[in-house]
Order: sequence, then C-alpha cells, then structure tokens
Amino acid sequence: MPILSLAFKSLLNRRVTASLTVFTIAVSVTLLLGVEKIRIEAKTSFANTISGTDLIVGARSGAIPLLLYSVFRIGNATNNISWESYRDIADNPQVAWTIPLSLGDSHRGFRVLGTSRDYFEHFRFSRERRLAFAAGGPFEDVFDAVLGANVAESLGYRLGDPFIVQHGLGQGGFASHQDKPFRVAGILAKTGTPVDRTVHMSLEGIEAMHVDWRGGTPVPGLTVSAEEARAMDLRPMAITAFLVGLKSRLAIFSMQRRINEYRAEPLLAVLPGVALQELWNLMGTAETALSAISILVVVTGLFGMLTMLLSSLNERRREMAILRSVGARPLHVFGLLALEATILTALGTALGLALLYLSLAVAQPIVDARFGLYIPITLPTGRDMAVIGLVVLAGFVAGAVPALRAYRRSLADGMMVRT
Amino acid sequence: MAAAAAMSETMVQMSGVRFRWRRQDALILDVPVFQVERGERVFVKGPSGSGKTTLLNLLGGVVAPESGRVEIMDTDMAALDGARRDAFRAGHIGIIFQMFNLVPYLSLIDNVVLPCRFSSCRRQRALGRAASLQEEARRLLAAMELDVDAHLSRPVAELSTGQQQRVAAARCLIGAPELVIADEPTSSLDADVRKSFLDLLFGEIGAAGSTLVFVSHDSSLAGAFDRTLALAEINRAGNRQ
Repeated sequence: MPILSLAFKSLLNRRVTASLTVFTIAVSVTLLLGVEKIRIEAKTSFANTISGTDLIVGARSGAIPLLLYSVFRIGNATNNISWESYRDIADNPQVAWTIPLSLGDSHRGFRVLGTSRDYFEHFRFSRERRLAFAAGGPFEDVFDAVLGANVAESLGYRLGDPFIVQHGLGQGGFASHQDKPFRVAGILAKTGTPVDRTVHMSLEGIEAMHVDWRGGTPVPGLTVSAEEARAMDLRPMAITAFLVGLKSRLAIFSMQRRINEYRAEPLLAVLPGVALQELWNLMGTAETALSAISILVVVTGLFGMLTMLLSSLNERRREMAILRSVGARPLHVFGLLALEATILTALGTALGLALLYLSLAVAQPIVDARFGLYIPITLPTGRDMAVIGLVVLAGFVAGAVPALRAYRRSLADGMMVRT
Repeated sequence: MAAAAAMSETMVQMSGVRFRWRRQDALILDVPVFQVERGERVFVKGPSGSGKTTLLNLLGGVVAPESGRVEIMDTDMAALDGARRDAFRAGHIGIIFQMFNLVPYLSLIDNVVLPCRFSSCRRQRALGRAASLQEEARRLLAAMELDVDAHLSRPVAELSTGQQQRVAAARCLIGAPELVIADEPTSSLDADVRKSFLDLLFGEIGAAGSTLVFVSHDSSLAGAFDRTLALAEINRAGNRQ
C-alpha cells in the first residue's frame, strides 16, 4: 500500500501543524468521552443511593425536596414529623421496619444524622447492599457516633476520637454543642453514596445535645451537663423523615395512600424510584446541553483539521502532479488526503483516550472527596467504542472534502502543473 | 504473433489525433501522424503554448484524445480507460518535468523508488538489476553523479535545481521504462550544467534501452539527438494559434 506510507511521511513532514491538529482532536475526544462517562456514573451512583426502601415519609412538601434532604442530605425540611405519628405508622402491621431520620446539625461541613440502630440493619444501597463497618460498630452510648467513610478520611478521625457538633449547617462560627462532645464508635466502609459524607448518631444523642436549647439557641442560665443529660428522658419530640420497609411490596400503594391521607398531621410518602426518576429528569436538560457542547467541540476539532488540509492543498498541487506522473491514479490522490485525515483523527482519538484515562486517574480521588461521586476506571464500553468509531468516520468524511478537491484537480491538471 | 508484436520496432504511433480541452474551444492538437522508433532519441522543438504539454499528456495517457489513436508499444492509450492508462504509464513510461520534480516529504531514495510503488513490473525490473530497490536507486543516483550519502539525511528541497533534476532523471529511469518523456528538463539549468545533465541522461537511457521523447524550445540541444522535429511540422492545429 504505497499511499499509506506516503500519508505517514507527508504528515511527518508537517509534524507541527499535524500534531496540533491531533492534539485538538484528542482534547475534544477526551471531553466527549469524559462527559459521557461522568453522566453515566453520576446516573448510576444517583440510582444507587437508596435501595430496598419502599417509601420515604416526611412532612408534606414535594417529592423532590423530600428526596433531597432525606437521601441526599441537601437542603432542609420545612417541617418535622411528630414522634407520635411516626410510631403510629411504624407500628402498622404491614410495616416490616422503619428508619427514623433526624437532620439539622453538622460537623465541619458534614451533615449529622440522628437515627436508630435499625439504620445499620435495614438501610440498603446499590442493589440491596447493606452498610458494612470498616472499623468499630454501631453507636451504643448516647454520645457515640458512626462516621461515613469520607468523613473519617478527610477529617482524619479514628475510633475513639472525640469531636464537637455544630448547631445548624454552617462551617463553624455558629453556636456549637461544645459541652457535649461525641466519640467515634464506628466508621463505615465506603458506599459511594451520601452516607459516606454523613455523621451518624442516635436520636437520643441528638436530643441530648438540645436539652438545654430552645428555638435554635441555648437557653440562658440553663446548662445541662453531658452526664445530667444522659439521665434524662431522651425520647425525641419529632423527627425529620423516615424510611419504610413493608412486609409485602403489594401493600406499597395502599400504604402510600394511607400516609398521604394521614389525619393527625400532613404527611407525604413517596416511592424512592419514582422520586429519583423525577429528580433525574429535572437535570436532563443540563445533561443534554453538556453532551451537545462536547459533540460541538469534536466538530470544531474536525473543522480545524479540515482547514489545515484545505489550506495545504494549493502548495501540494505540484506534489499531486508528480504522483500522477509516476503512475498514481486520481483515486490514489483522493486516498492520500482521505488517509491523512483518517490518520490524524485516529491518532487524535487514541491520544484522547489516553488523556481521558490519565485525567480520570488524577480526578478520581478529588471528585470522590469533594462530591462523593466515585468514578470507577473501567475499560471503554461498547458505547465508547461506537463513539470513537463515529469520530474516526467523521474524520474520514471531513477528509473527503479536500480529497475530493484534489481528486478533481488532479483529473484536470494531469501531470503538467506550472507553478 | 504476440512475440512479434512485442518486438515491434515502433515505440510511439500517433495517428489522426485531435485534442481540445472543451468542446467550444479551438483544437489544441491535430496530429495526422507522429511516429517514434524503438530506441530512438527524438527532439521535439516548439515554443511554449504550441501544444507541447498536451502532446506529452497524451503520450503519458493522462488525457485521452477526442479522436484518433495514441499507440505506445502497440497499445492504444485512447482505447484504455483511465485506470488502465494510469497503470500503463506507471509500468512503461518515465517522465521528467522542467522543475519541482520531487515529492518534498520523501527522502532522496524514496523519491527515486516511487514508480516501483505504483508498478509491479517496474519493481520487478529494478529488482532484476539490484538486490533491493534502495540499492538500485543508489546505483542510478551514482550514475547521475550524485553523492547519495552527502544528501541522504537532508530534505530534497535543499538540493540545487541541477541536483533535483538528476534525482528526477534517476526516478524516471528506475525499472527501465520503455519510453522516457522529458518536458523541458534542462530549461531551469545553467548552460554549463545542461550539457553534463544531458550526457548522464543519455548514458542511462542507453543502458536501459529506453526511447526518449524530449520536448524543448531550446534548439541548441538538438544536435545530440537522433532526430529533431518542430512541433509545427506534425501539429496542424498549432499553426492556427
């Protein structure tokens, strides 16, 4: 194949412009595949945040806010659920288990979640996986806490370490519960869900912190020490939300209706899957925009290559005539230029793939620590390969434009061009 | 008999050839008869614009005539389709231009070997003379008095015009094509280099047993050829321009 070696040598001769073109295409392919990768991983990780729960129950608001604060620890509940209503529903014979959730405090930027030991027993994520302990175990004492994997990692906490919870969600500067330090009793194994960024403690612990507080501030003159608090009745007055597991999935809809029509106070029960889908659809536009932009970046890269090839065409007119004189057919001339474009695109795509894995390797721990999104580094998927194939094909098609010009010209010029 | 046809003494036989680029244009070429014998060195003299380039395009099979026959070694180029004409040219015809003969991104050796990449018959013949194509290229370059090793690593564009023309001559002779077409190959050379280039070209053409059709407006070179003719003698269209 004389044309292949000619194409390589011709590109090597123009290595500066050629490598710039390759680099442009590489960056665009990295972006295209990277966006796709993050999109899919975000969606998977999103869908994996909660599993095995039949209903999420909170004060009446909307399905999405309820999902956001109860599962993703984003935003705040507008209202609480009274302990009595919670117990009433939890004691319903159709209910297998419940997990109470009490939110509102934080520790150095991480949300504090008050819950019961049922959380470690019944909470499931990522297709029925249950929580596992990397160290220690569930909270035993009122002032015990269980840290999510990222909390322990980024704060450098180990078992037995004491820490103080801030009231509210600020990064410090707010009032803190410094008279009642907590102790790390357990550290959870990594889940790739918001659990990793949560500090868990018992509902009693939450209550104990707030016994001398009213309406978000400490009551002046009233100080209850940790030991005194321990002796008090720490049954909570209210919780923020709770998760429900039913004995039979067939009961989901009747149970949902029953909760939504609950008379004692306005409640909302949502199906996690439905709410997740609703939330994901909300982000669909941004997702589509991101994909469209990355496709346009690839198109820009290919146009750059087209410009380079077209602008070199005039100075190469003579070269085409020489090739014709030694027996090259017009089809060879077409092939030479189309092949150059294809080689540039293929090299760009290969480099882009390498760049993608390099940046994934660099970004993986950062994205995990900052956003709690764990992006596994896997081999390119069939979809990735299809995208790569399409980009190379697009490169060939773009190359066909100058190639066709050269083809027509070499038919007209023959071998006698006066330059 | 096929053997007798192959040994025919006529290399080029043009008869009744008419050519124009577009139907509405005037005829550029109208050649009732033009014949070149095998092994002959013919000098075709003509001023620029007299249809020289078109004549060479027809002989090289790059364009087809409107009517008539262009027979090279008894093969009518006009009757072949484009792809077969290209293949025929690759196999049997070597061509040198006035200047800018070399592919800028190929090395000295790669430039010379180029025709063998497009024609297996020239590759075979080149390999019949040397162990490898590279070796045959070196032999031809040496025969054209070029110091290969001194120029091998440098871009061919850095060679002087005279050196470039000698590389082009080596390329058109590799694989011993039966017909060599030269389009003013000496007109960009200085007068003192011109004679030595021609001597080297003739030497190698003789060694390869090729036939030469040499077109130029410079009649001072005509003395070295077997036969000289003016394009106007064979082209009736040329007189009308």
